[in-house]
Amino acid sequence: MFEGVTMLTAALSMTALGAGLGAMLGIAARRFHVETPPIVDEIEQLMPGTNCGQCSFPGCRAAAEAVAGGNAPVTLCPPGGRDLALQLAEVTGAGDAIESELAGFEDAAPQVAFIFEDHCTGCTKCFKRCPTDAIVGAAKQVHTVVTDACIGCDACVQVCPTEAIILRGKPRTLANWYWGKPDLSHTATMLGRAT
Amino acid sequence: MSFSLAHLMNPTGLFALNGGIHPQGRKFLTADAAIEAMPLPSLIRLPLRQHIGAQAEPLVKRGDEVLKGQMIARARGSVSAHVHAPTSGRVIAVGYFAAPHPSGLPVPTVTIRPDGKDRWGPRLPRIHIEDASADEIATRAAEAGIVGMGGAGFPAAVKLHLGRKYDLDTLIINGAECEPYLTCDDRLMREHAEEVVDGAAIMAKALGVQRIIFGIESNKPEAIAAISRFRHALGYTISIKVLPTQYPMGSGNHLVKIITGRETPARALSAELGIVVHNTATAHAMHLAARYGEPSLSRVVTVSGRGVKTPRNLRVLVGTPVTEIIDHCGGLTGTEEQLLLGGPMMGFPIRSLRIPAIKSTSGILALTKAELRKSQAMPCIRCGSCVQACPSGLTPFEMNARIQADNLEGAVEIGLMDCIACGCCTFMCPSNIPLVQGFSYAKGRLAEKQSQEHQREETKRLAAARTAREEAIAAAKREAMAKRKAQMAEKKRREAEAKAAEGAAPGAAPEGAVK
Repeated sequence: MFEGVTMLTAALSMTALGAGLGAMLGIAARRFHVETPPIVDEIEQLMPGTNCGQCSFPGCRAAAEAVAGGNAPVTLCPPGGRDLALQLAEVTGAGDAIESELAGFEDAAPQVAFIFEDHCTGCTKCFKRCPTDAIVGAAKQVHTVVTDACIGCDACVQVCPTEAIILRGKPRTLANWYWGKPDLSHTATMLGRAT
Repeated sequence: MSFSLAHLMNPTGLFALNGGIHPQGRKFLTADAAIEAMPLPSLIRLPLRQHIGAQAEPLVKRGDEVLKGQMIARARGSVSAHVHAPTSGRVIAVGYFAAPHPSGLPVPTVTIRPDGKDRWGPRLPRIHIEDASADEIATRAAEAGIVGMGGAGFPAAVKLHLGRKYDLDTLIINGAECEPYLTCDDRLMREHAEEVVDGAAIMAKALGVQRIIFGIESNKPEAIAAISRFRHALGYTISIKVLPTQYPMGSGNHLVKIITGRETPARALSAELGIVVHNTATAHAMHLAARYGEPSLSRVVTVSGRGVKTPRNLRVLVGTPVTEIIDHCGGLTGTEEQLLLGGPMMGFPIRSLRIPAIKSTSGILALTKAELRKSQAMPCIRCGSCVQACPSGLTPFEMNARIQADNLEGAVEIGLMDCIACGCCTFMCPSNIPLVQGFSYAKGRLAEKQSQEHQREETKRLAAARTAREEAIAAAKREAMAKRKAQMAEKKRREAEAKAAEGAAPGAAPEGAVK
């Protein structure tokens, strides 16, 4: 009988404690609720969402907050490039002022990680860090990068103990090759009209 | 056909093509050169993608012996084509080699060294065309790896299966060959008229259409005469439309327009109008595949231009290096300015002579200075020549202005995507502005943007999936931890109880006493 009472007391007190703390948390959440400006959500929607950290903010959410608060330029996101900068400028209302700022801002050529297989020890550190699961491999197996999924965020390069990973330009294939923009100041060769 | 006033006014029964140009044909260089089979080359290089669609999957490895007609790469996915060994020999490499493509980028390629015996492997099984079903014939085109031989290289089987989805009534065989210099289709029709007509009839059977119309430009009277000698095949009676000599008459949708008067909707298939267009050489390949079980192993290529010593029409094996083809024509004169694969209007300059001719290579041209013009682009004078020349009814000068100002979306708004890249605008421009080059750039840039957009969405999805997975793992860990803790606590409690019980037992206090 004595043991039964002890157990009941313990269970009851734990329940009471849980319910009490839960209620407190609930009340606190309502009482101290911080209204996030909807613009932050809107900006976060535009962001690549990979939390790669190239903007030096901890994740896209933080970057969105910084942009919304005016603490970061709209050009902060390298993966987003020029297009994202323009969209952000529109959302934040930077408007025409941004045009001049973007004048010199060209998209950096997309970069992807590349693993030198000779140097890879199969330590799995990189694929644990990859935000998009773009690295495949297993312990003590040579890893490789799925180029299409890689966003070139540098996270894997940072952790590789043997410096086997580099970032390089995305390889050109027939699928993504296209003619260059014709330069009107140069001569062009065309089929003659008459001979 | 019922009597109509319109027909009285238009005795040719043809409809007008808006725009277009009349470049010098220069077909006389090879028009009288009969098709000659080229001897076996010393090497065969077969890119695994000679068609529009997915790359074929190699079935051979280095060192394998292959026989003529043996499949060496299998089509992958619904839009793709098999690749066959065009002669017997040994596979000496399965790797990368420069593509017959303006970029010259390396692409997966199977290299075969012919053994000189040209031994046939098993041919495709015989089918009796007269009672074969539509599906059987279309499947045969797929087995034979036939692709559109007019230049685009769209897998023929996919087009032959269109009968399943659309209500088709007409097959148009494209014998326009409007590109200057090229005479390969002309020679094929002159020399193999019966086979071409038979191939067309086989295709018509696969499509389930009632009408076959040959569209041939008026500058090929011999081809027209040859085809009209064989107007009946497989119960079909073909009709021939003599088209005015005008570039780009051979563009599929424009051919449909001029023959039937019906315009294909923007970015749709002519099949929606019940019409399918196939090239002459494709019809010939179909004939060989259906009647003799021969896969697509060779094609007729026009080697022309003043830069070639003896311009010719050659039947070359798919994969023959361009340099060997040119050597067979006596080599280059040394005065050539530009080497092109395909026609001079829509073909592309090549960087290396070692690249192979493939299923869709219709011509190899070496053009001299006199045949080309090299000129400095001048400002646009808004003369409107390009607008008049554009067969798609676009305003090239305005599109170009927008593209030069990096306003690609603006160019799309005024019809960039309806541009067929025929080059009429560039040809006509008195200021020598590289208009079509700009459009090709813009289309490529837009496609890249689209794929980047797609990639961005996909990586977002991947990142979200990873976060979700990590959270799930963390939650599972927490749960397991809590469970273990609870178990430990339980264990401890039991141990304590056991101890207490042990301590109580020797004390000889009966349980009842406590109560």
